[in-house]
Amino acid sequence: MISLTINGKPAKVDVDPNTPLLWVLRDHLQLTGTKYGCGIAQCGACTVHIDGRAIRACVTPVSIASGKQVTTIEGLAETALGKKVQAAWQEVDVPQCGYCQSGQIMAAAALLKENAHPSEAQIAGAMDGILCRCGTYNRIRAAIQKAAELQGDSK
Amino acid sequence: MKAMTAQLPSRRKFLRDSAVLMGGLVIGFYLPVKGGRAYAADAPAKPVYPPNAFIRIAPDESITIVVNKSEMGQGVYTSLPMLVAEELEADWSRIRVESAPVAAVYNHTGFGMQLTGGSSSVPSSWEQLRRVGASARVLLIRAAAQQWGVPEGECRAENSEVIHAKTSNKLSYGKLADAAAKLPLPEEVALKLPKDFKLIGKPIKRLDTPEKINGSAVFGLDVYLPGMLTVLIARSPVFGGKVKHFDATEALKVAGVQGVYQVPTGIAVAATGFWPAKTARDLLEIEWNEGPGAALSTSKMRAEYLELAKKPGALARKDGDVVQGFKGAKKKVSAEYELPYLAHASMEPLNVVVNLNPDHCTIWTGTQSQTMDRAMAAQTAGLKPEQVEIHTTFLGGGFGRRANPRSDFVIEAVQVAKAVGKPVKVVWTREDDTRGGYYRPMWADHIEAAIGKDGRPVAWKHTIVGQSIVADTPFEAFLTKDGIDVTSVEGAATLPYLLPNLEVSLHSPKNVVPVQWWRSVGHSHTAFVVETMIDELAHLADKDPVAYRLDILPTNSRYRGVLQLAADKAGWGKAKLPAGHACGVAVHQSFDSYVAEVAEVSVENGKVRVHRVVAAVDCGLVINPDGVQQQIESAIVYGLSAALHGSITLENGQVLQSNFHDYAPLRYSEMPQVEVHIVESSETPTGIGEPGTPPIAPAVANAVFALTGKRLRRMPFDSETLA
Repeated sequence: MISLTINGKPAKVDVDPNTPLLWVLRDHLQLTGTKYGCGIAQCGACTVHIDGRAIRACVTPVSIASGKQVTTIEGLAETALGKKVQAAWQEVDVPQCGYCQSGQIMAAAALLKENAHPSEAQIAGAMDGILCRCGTYNRIRAAIQKAAELQGDSK
Repeated sequence: MKAMTAQLPSRRKFLRDSAVLMGGLVIGFYLPVKGGRAYAADAPAKPVYPPNAFIRIAPDESITIVVNKSEMGQGVYTSLPMLVAEELEADWSRIRVESAPVAAVYNHTGFGMQLTGGSSSVPSSWEQLRRVGASARVLLIRAAAQQWGVPEGECRAENSEVIHAKTSNKLSYGKLADAAAKLPLPEEVALKLPKDFKLIGKPIKRLDTPEKINGSAVFGLDVYLPGMLTVLIARSPVFGGKVKHFDATEALKVAGVQGVYQVPTGIAVAATGFWPAKTARDLLEIEWNEGPGAALSTSKMRAEYLELAKKPGALARKDGDVVQGFKGAKKKVSAEYELPYLAHASMEPLNVVVNLNPDHCTIWTGTQSQTMDRAMAAQTAGLKPEQVEIHTTFLGGGFGRRANPRSDFVIEAVQVAKAVGKPVKVVWTREDDTRGGYYRPMWADHIEAAIGKDGRPVAWKHTIVGQSIVADTPFEAFLTKDGIDVTSVEGAATLPYLLPNLEVSLHSPKNVVPVQWWRSVGHSHTAFVVETMIDELAHLADKDPVAYRLDILPTNSRYRGVLQLAADKAGWGKAKLPAGHACGVAVHQSFDSYVAEVAEVSVENGKVRVHRVVAAVDCGLVINPDGVQQQIESAIVYGLSAALHGSITLENGQVLQSNFHDYAPLRYSEMPQVEVHIVESSETPTGIGEPGTPPIAPAVANAVFALTGKRLRRMPFDSETLA
């Protein structure tokens, strides 16, 4: 049994400790907002937070998450920053097919937590690992800048 | 929100019950488009009217639009409801969307089957869905007028209410729906004039955004049924190969594995989740009988294709006399082009959930091709089509792959369900998806062209070599004309320039690699070849590439408008570019829409970098300008991924690429600035999902020529092509 804290709630799963966190979230906990895209940390569709930092759940053994705070897209709105990122995403109307967007939003939220007003180069550095096949990158940049603005307004 | 579960009532039952229990207006129509092409032999001549609908108005004032096209990012869950809501005079904030079940009433008005493709969703629904909305509006007004005992003509509809101005009476749609549903459908309805549009033409936010930013949107991979097993399949590493022998001893020892089965496409591992299934699949020992496909290598094919391209093929178009044309020419040029196989590489790998029972089969998948998939699933399961139900989930990208002419991924999943005997979710890993075939064909072209004394082209001889995507599929009869697969030559045989002597011919060799449509289909290849060669002729004539094209385009051509607009907005020939930058241009028509793109590039460390793209589009009357902008941006990125990186190659029959590290879509840091300018038009709406893709590769190649003097005639534009 592995004990986890997902979006602030405790969960226990009986799996091989090497199972990637992604498949525990999806197959065991039915938190399907976190997506499978590549399985080798190339696309970032599976990005979640462990203790506030963005990680690729497809290559992170579930055992590593034990005893730490895991946040998925389903729990992001529980923080003020998370709400602002989602509000910015809504205002800019970023998604197309939408499949990569959970990963994009989680990566953006982790970036903005560390750096409230990232430069364009810093945004590129944080977002380059998250693929979008529909080409929403320019709107992603606009939404991150919008979220930074919203965050600034509240201070 | 939880993932979708089997406890949900079937969609059809839900539609029927909700209409009965909740009360409400249910309207179903089939309005064939004039001159529509029937692509399916089984398209019903007189469609039936099952108890389903495009509109459902509930007492709580919510209006559900049932959308018969698949949402794969292109925005149909917003643009199609806009068409209905415009005529319905509906309160847009109360609009909900539901995906249609499979039924004749939901057939594509042109194709005669349920299919999302060919950038045709808005064009084919433009009349139909506005009539659906207008008919409902007429009935709601009629119901209110009857209730008030006033003439219909004194009532009008606005914002989900019927209003009688004289008495200031108002009744909401939710209150009128029951009575309206009992009235007979109106025979004729008047449609609004464009000047009266309230929604159409306005930038409207997507209806599917909220659920796509909080993780609740349900894609095929997100469907979980009770007792369902996850299945991964070990498929032949060579197309057409068969299992000779397999040993599952080690695989069966993995905790969570429930069984290993031989199915027609390979060895299927069924487990309680993805991870045990994947772990066990890696432990399978399989000996394959690879068959003749093992002899295939793309390097060898390249040489064969280029050789074939030198010989004339089957004629696709012949104007004038090219031999005479070349005789009188001033300057002549000839060139060879090579384009690789391309995978669609949707972000969501292929997957299908099947719940197969003796007399019923329910399928959840992100498909673009419901009618054919249902027919093939039924045949595979030994059921009648009406015993098969398909729930279309959101598609994590489609790009054509999910409209498979052979229903490959659906048939396979039903075969697995038969073998396993439990509800199954067949999941393709990224590697399976990349190596699974159904690629954009590999192409080779040979063009000889010549200009006369005035610099204008006088002769053009183009030979195309590549597999037919429709050969041996149900689409062959409809998309082949005089032995020519029209999708192989579209954009080449239909080039717009004034060319007195023109010959376009085609070779369609066959091999074991499965091929299929890929965003913009034949245009993804022909625009590159034609528009780089036209650029070459402009330079041969010592003319500016924009001015040259304008000079040889017919005077009334819609190509001119977009070309001029893109050039103006890009500051063509005027803007001062940074040192080491240059611009290139291309213009192309596909799916009846016209797009010109100006690309500004540099070459850094042997790599092409695209800084800015200025696009101009003429797609007729625009439904949602924000949607048009999204689609042009998206199509440019899709085309740029192919132009800069995309290539599927095979050696000894095996695909060499496997995942995003070696089949790389464009990344954030490679994204150019994109500007989209729309030509104002009152013409009938035309396609928008694909037409932005074809011009980008030639625009970039032409820019690289302007910068370096090197012609790029081979895709992708990698270090080998640039060298």
